Amino acid sequence: MGFANFKYLFSTTDAFIITRNTICYNVVFIVVNLVMAVAVAIILSEMTSKWKKFYQSAILLPYLISYVIISYLVFAFLSTENGFINNSILKPLGLDTVSWYTEKKYWPFILVLVNTWRCVGYNCIIYLSTILGFDRTYYEAAAIDGATKWQQITKITIPMLRPTMIMLTLMAVGRIFYSDFGLFYQVPRNSGTLLSVTNTIDTYVYRGLLELGDISMSAAAGVYQSLVGFVLVLGANLLVRRIDKDSALF
Amino acid sequence: MRTHEEKRFQVFGNIVMAILSACALLPMLLLVLSSFTDNDTLVQNGYSFFPAKWSVAAYTYIFTSGNSVVQAYGVSIVLTVVGTACSLIITTLLAYALAKKGLPGKGFLNFYVFFTMLFNGGLVPTYINYTNTFGIKNSFWALLVPNLLANGFNIMLMKSYFASSIPDEILEAAFIDGASEFSVFSRIAVPLAKPIVATIGLFAGIAYWNDWQNGYIYLTTRTDLYSIQNLLNRMIQNIQFLTQNSTSVGNSNVALASIPSVSVRMAMAVVGVLPIVVVYPFIQNNFVKGITLGGVKG
Repeated sequence: MGFANFKYLFSTTDAFIITRNTICYNVVFIVVNLVMAVAVAIILSEMTSKWKKFYQSAILLPYLISYVIISYLVFAFLSTENGFINNSILKPLGLDTVSWYTEKKYWPFILVLVNTWRCVGYNCIIYLSTILGFDRTYYEAAAIDGATKWQQITKITIPMLRPTMIMLTLMAVGRIFYSDFGLFYQVPRNSGTLLSVTNTIDTYVYRGLLELGDISMSAAAGVYQSLVGFVLVLGANLLVRRIDKDSALF
Repeated sequence: MRTHEEKRFQVFGNIVMAILSACALLPMLLLVLSSFTDNDTLVQNGYSFFPAKWSVAAYTYIFTSGNSVVQAYGVSIVLTVVGTACSLIITTLLAYALAKKGLPGKGFLNFYVFFTMLFNGGLVPTYINYTNTFGIKNSFWALLVPNLLANGFNIMLMKSYFASSIPDEILEAAFIDGASEFSVFSRIAVPLAKPIVATIGLFAGIAYWNDWQNGYIYLTTRTDLYSIQNLLNRMIQNIQFLTQNSTSVGNSNVALASIPSVSVRMAMAVVGVLPIVVVYPFIQNNFVKGITLGGVKG
């Protein structure tokens, strides 16, 4: 009993690394996902093309695929010996091939890219349905007054979308202490050399419990995550309630 | 002027979306193409969109050799069907009760379900509880149960549908006609809630088909219970292990030979993702509707 495990956990560099990774990746994901989802939703909402439906289907599909399969997809591109990037892009260009699964510096970009690839179709759904619910007469009036498409987007769509953006972002901020285990565990293929840039609280807890058998350390990290995470969810919800009572979780 | 601008926007939008769609689909195309590539070509030239030599050997291997792939596929199918059915039963029953007016302790019960969405102990207590108290380790329950009990979101979604979209008058009329609580539930409430039942069934089905974590965590000895996702996952790990410990060359050559070739692995991944892709056109609308219903609360 006591706080010895916590003391020990926070005296290691692990505690700093996993907290930093979890929060930093989430912050980047939140920003990138917001920008991409809103941009895609606006483009889709304004499109008249008969391909619109196809585009939406195509970008949503990655969200329905399991991370095990995604890790196979990523491996097809990044494999050192026969990956697509090394063999079909870098070699023909006369560049040196890269040992992707041991080079730390690329992974922050790869993980952000994979996350965006998987989530953009999902994230744009709520924005798209919100835009489609807007009163079209605003746009007609603006068009009569001579507003360009760009002006309609920046002066009507985005301001009207703002409450939705704020809500969804706050909700995501509330979950900032949790990471997607599949993304951080499967996609880097559990590569030991990449740990300092791919280890998050969730993967640390998993490894402590089932790979290293260090249950007390793992439990300490789990409690740390649960408590801070809980406080953040409550805080985010409190903020949302301040802005719009109906959008709050409780 | 306006039409000119409109046209330019449409062209721009089409180009952007075509690029994004290509980015979404090309990795999957690469997977499919490499599964149809001759294995030697694949090893020599790497993964390619234009394979030099085609082959269906990987698929004939999977489906003829009576190996673990067929078995794992069966587990995945049974798990998805049973899991979806069970979670629909639990979710509709609980949601119907929680939506009931005048349910004693309703506020507390709602909070009890809702609280699971805000806070949980995390992996360690969950693992210890499932292993020591419930003893589901190394059994089919390990694949089935954890997903059944952890979805407060679906319950809240269905509860709000019951509460808002099914008028009380209809239910009361049935009670006056002498219907029992259960027949009102099964013959009136559930049929009226068909859209949300379909959506949640869909969420559950996808979650079960794609789940690899439960099998990975709880199935340590019973590899015969592996779902297709677990089988795919184990293959990655074996390869990872061998490449990281390749100093003992003698052993690893033997072990490497027992691992399916690259094209077979790709074919397995294709087979693993196939059901999702096949049903996708039919479920997409429902899926999108479900996400919109969950709305900001997702």
